[in-house]
Amino acid sequence: MLTLDQLRPGEVGQIVRIEGVDGISCRLREMGFVPGESVQFLTTAPLGDPLKCMIQGSRIALRGSEARRVLLAEPISQAAPLAQKAPGLAPRLSTTGP
Amino acid sequence: MTSATRRVVLVGNPNTGKSTLFGVLSGLSVRTANYPGVTIEKKVGRLADARCEVELVDLPGTYSLSPRSPDEWVAVEVLTGELPGEPDAELIVCVVNATLLRRNLFLVSQLLELGKPVVIALNMIDSARSRGLEIDCERLSANLGVPVFPVSASRREGIEELKAGILQALDQARDFAPQKPLPKRFYDLCDEFSGDLSGLTRQPQAVAAGIEPAEGIPSRYLLERAILDRGGEAERQLKRQFGVPGAERLEAVRTRIESQLGPLSDVECDHRYAWAKRQTEGVLGAAGNAIHGPTERLDAVLIHRVWGLLIFAALMFVIFQFIYAWSGIPMAAIEAAQDFVSDRVQSAMPPGTLRSLIVDGVIAGVGSVVIFLPQIAMLFLFLAILEDCGYMARAAFLVDRMMGLFGLSGKSFLPLMSSFACAVPGVMATRVIENRRDRFATILIAPFMSCSARLPVYLLMISAFVPAISIAGGLISLSGVVLMAMYFVGVVVAIPTAWLLKRTLLRGEPAPFVLELPEYKVPDLKTVLHRVWEACKAFVIRAGTLIFAASVVIWATAYWPADHTRRHELERMIEASADGEGEQVAAWEAELKRVSAAALEGSVLGQVGHAIEPLVRPLGWDWKIGVGAIASFPAREVIIATLGTVYSMGGDVDEESEGLISAIREARWPDGRPVYNLAVALSIMVFFALCAQCVSTLLVIRRETNSWRWPILSFVYMTALAYIGALVTYQVTIRLVS
Repeated sequence: MLTLDQLRPGEVGQIVRIEGVDGISCRLREMGFVPGESVQFLTTAPLGDPLKCMIQGSRIALRGSEARRVLLAEPISQAAPLAQKAPGLAPRLSTTGP
Repeated sequence: MTSATRRVVLVGNPNTGKSTLFGVLSGLSVRTANYPGVTIEKKVGRLADARCEVELVDLPGTYSLSPRSPDEWVAVEVLTGELPGEPDAELIVCVVNATLLRRNLFLVSQLLELGKPVVIALNMIDSARSRGLEIDCERLSANLGVPVFPVSASRREGIEELKAGILQALDQARDFAPQKPLPKRFYDLCDEFSGDLSGLTRQPQAVAAGIEPAEGIPSRYLLERAILDRGGEAERQLKRQFGVPGAERLEAVRTRIESQLGPLSDVECDHRYAWAKRQTEGVLGAAGNAIHGPTERLDAVLIHRVWGLLIFAALMFVIFQFIYAWSGIPMAAIEAAQDFVSDRVQSAMPPGTLRSLIVDGVIAGVGSVVIFLPQIAMLFLFLAILEDCGYMARAAFLVDRMMGLFGLSGKSFLPLMSSFACAVPGVMATRVIENRRDRFATILIAPFMSCSARLPVYLLMISAFVPAISIAGGLISLSGVVLMAMYFVGVVVAIPTAWLLKRTLLRGEPAPFVLELPEYKVPDLKTVLHRVWEACKAFVIRAGTLIFAASVVIWATAYWPADHTRRHELERMIEASADGEGEQVAAWEAELKRVSAAALEGSVLGQVGHAIEPLVRPLGWDWKIGVGAIASFPAREVIIATLGTVYSMGGDVDEESEGLISAIREARWPDGRPVYNLAVALSIMVFFALCAQCVSTLLVIRRETNSWRWPILSFVYMTALAYIGALVTYQVTIRLVS
């Protein structure tokens, strides 16, 4: 089955199930990872792990090992409802600097 | 209205601006302490301008009331009023992030089950509005059945209304019917389970230890947690109280719930989120889930695989520069002030025991506390800014993979890096790590990071004994390589230590990394400064007093029981001589140095040094080095002054003193062999690299872990490792070199 870590940047999936009954799965549920919700994969950290995604309007960082517990239905599309107001998904360096 | 103090508890998810709101509500009247036996901070403030005495208690940010550790358990007990010795909470103020209303309602749904009055502070209402998110507060209030106040803590908007609402809710103190967001069947089964338990006798040891509330059966909410949280803290408490029969009944009720309502893990989430959805119907405007643009654009740079890492490295460099190098300016000022006061005392008092106590014990003791403040203030200034603007979570995100090497998460990076300057602020900075086991592992390895106090020892040994060999046209020198190796030793030892700790003493289920990356915002100046102030205050009051006491005790062991008559007489004569020049004075000064060395040898410290000589001989050390090592257990840098005293150079030497360098080069065993050689120098350096020679660090560990167990453990295992490390270094080097 498809899991959150397998999505490509920008892709959205619908959560089917969260694996496990331990602290990690509880934390995922508390933070909004529940069946039926849409989750968008945003990017990975420079060293490949953890990854950043968007769920219920908040950005969450989680490790690949944790993302593998989030089981998804097939990805919807790149231009999913969550993404329509996100202007800067691809790195755009010229616009903003710290 | 009663005259007794009334307690209000502030709860909320992380990143809801709760700390800022707490600061705004309570002004500067905040006291911090620890709850007994756990590490969570108890922050108590007073509601400013209140008509009656209202005590405001701030709990750590949490996503749920599902305790999985003793710390989280205490937080829940503060809310339910079951914590022994704590007054009952009369009102709960829940801080909700208006931009993430639905997710925040998960916690609200649990709070409403407690049967206590709740007031909702809908914070960050300004950022919700600025992105076109309209929230109908009246409707939300009607749906939830509790007052809802839109506020913006950072802009100080809606604060007076919230305060008035809190006071009004307290006035109306009434029985508040618990809400029941879960299916009715669940609550029925919960009641049956409660009935089952009341038929059981409690475990005798639980009765003896007085573990549970008097009535025996835990409150309804805690029973509910015991059923829902498999492997959670409520389950552990229940099993401790009711033993095997209790555990059997718990499994029985879980089986029934699963057969009737579906998987246990889904029962709670499904129904709470469905409840949250119902509560927000017609409350949220259309733009419910808009991604905020600026944060995404900033993230595109700040967590970019090249720019993100570069900016991170630059930031860390600046912070490190500040605490390592630039805090040297205020630290030098503190030392100058200390010298000034000492001089004043010396000129006002005749030499003698009392003057020695005041100068070398009391003033030096106060100095040894105050000297840490610049570093603590600087580190916490940066920590608070990074935390408040939202970058801290990104920093953890960037380096998490790297910290996996230690078996720790990205949140441990900054505390460990700060420990290279000084472990005291580093250990204090571990408060950003919310997982207890990760936090403790970080605290226990932080003293291995080579702090600035070790540098003088390295420099003295290297300049005296490492041959001045350089290659590549002087670009790489052996001295430099040895110095770098010393910095690496600590890290190399820390990695397996952390790994081992996580598998033995700090064993448990893996900590979730899952971390919210909040919206970026401009840091709130008042919140930032308050955090710096609190860190300094907590250090001075709760670690400083012990550090001071330790300094005085150490002074006493180096002073008594030796005879100081001649020493004070010489001091008197030297000070009395008008010009302080001339052959006679020089002779007196030379004698004073010899007498001081003899006094140190005769003191408790010197005697211990002699007594342990057989123990340190395998490291290549004589008793003088032994004394130096022991004298520097309170603080490493003391070794230089101690060696200066034992080698009759006086205590006013530093690592670059030619006199001290030549004295240790010329030191001989009774048979004429030199005491020091490269192997001895390396063995001393390795010992100092690994040893817990810092009372301040140990006492800060005691404060941060709220127990003596961890500082004692740190001391024992680090000393053992240092001894073994020095032994191996000496024995191997002596065989390689000779």
